Amino acid sequence: MGLIQIGRHDKDGASDVIITTIEKAVNWGRKGSLWPMTFGLACCAIEMIAAVSSRYDMDRYGAGVFRASPRQSDLMIVAGTVCRRMAPVIRKLYDQMPEPKYVIAMGSCATSGNIYDSYSVVQGVDRFVPVDIYVPGCPPTPEALFDGILKLQERIMLKPVFLKQPDQVKPRLKV
Amino acid sequence: MLLQELASRLQEGFSAALVRTAEWRGELTVTVMRDRLHEIAQFLHDNPAMDFDYIVHVSSVDWPDDEERFEVVYEFYSIRKRHQIRLKTRVPESDCIVDSLTDLWRGANFMEREVYDMMGIRFRHHPDLRRILLPDDYTEGYPLRKDFPLRGKGWRDTFEFLDETAR
Repeated sequence: MGLIQIGRHDKDGASDVIITTIEKAVNWGRKGSLWPMTFGLACCAIEMIAAVSSRYDMDRYGAGVFRASPRQSDLMIVAGTVCRRMAPVIRKLYDQMPEPKYVIAMGSCATSGNIYDSYSVVQGVDRFVPVDIYVPGCPPTPEALFDGILKLQERIMLKPVFLKQPDQVKPRLKV
Repeated sequence: MLLQELASRLQEGFSAALVRTAEWRGELTVTVMRDRLHEIAQFLHDNPAMDFDYIVHVSSVDWPDDEERFEVVYEFYSIRKRHQIRLKTRVPESDCIVDSLTDLWRGANFMEREVYDMMGIRFRHHPDLRRILLPDDYTEGYPLRKDFPLRGKGWRDTFEFLDETAR
């Protein structure tokens, strides 16, 4: 986090003055409280569910509270094969999420369409939503998903907070 | 009603319209001529001894080497009488149309639309024959036909975005 400690408490030596930038403090808060959306499409969702369970415990990274509404969440984990008719729905959910928001493409299907180069399957969700982290695997283990979340947290720490971000996101998807 | 009894009742009434009757592992399959399909279905639906009140499924098969290429398969079940029958009919590729059964079972609506969407078989007198699983403007054909390519048809750069200013 880049803390600078100037001064110690007289009695026990604990730090009493800490200096950091507001940007780092805000990003630290953001990365530690990710709110994923309850959203599973295929077998990857089973691994995502396992990742939240007590054995793997995704809550350790502050990302355990899955919300049932996009309006209350800031992380969309696209877990599974995306069909053509599902694409506008996902885009609509993404548009409903408040800023700042992040997208993890979980598994080969969400990343590239996997082996399903067929009439119904979208060849990667990055064709209609901006993706921050790609998690490989078919399906990825909960540990792989955690690696993706940790990488996303690293990425969040690098994001500017007070500068206006360039508007790279395309407008809404035509159904 | 026993399957043999069902088969013989159909044989009595529609002997000229039946192409083939087969029984296998307790399932009765009757192949009928396309022109008489609706008539036979009506008999199965309306006759109190038959009483088939539930349409389980409508599907289709592609036999690319056969003269009459497509096969439409109907499954009917009677909830009260607890018997089941499978009705098949063959359709040539040049004249790909069957009578719709939506006037008898309203549940046939979506399932016939799916057959139309995936196999390209049209249904006469269907109230709303549109694509159901694929987008309405899909022009690349019918994906479940055997001559449809198995790979290379994934969705790549076909996403159109709305103009933000026109919102």
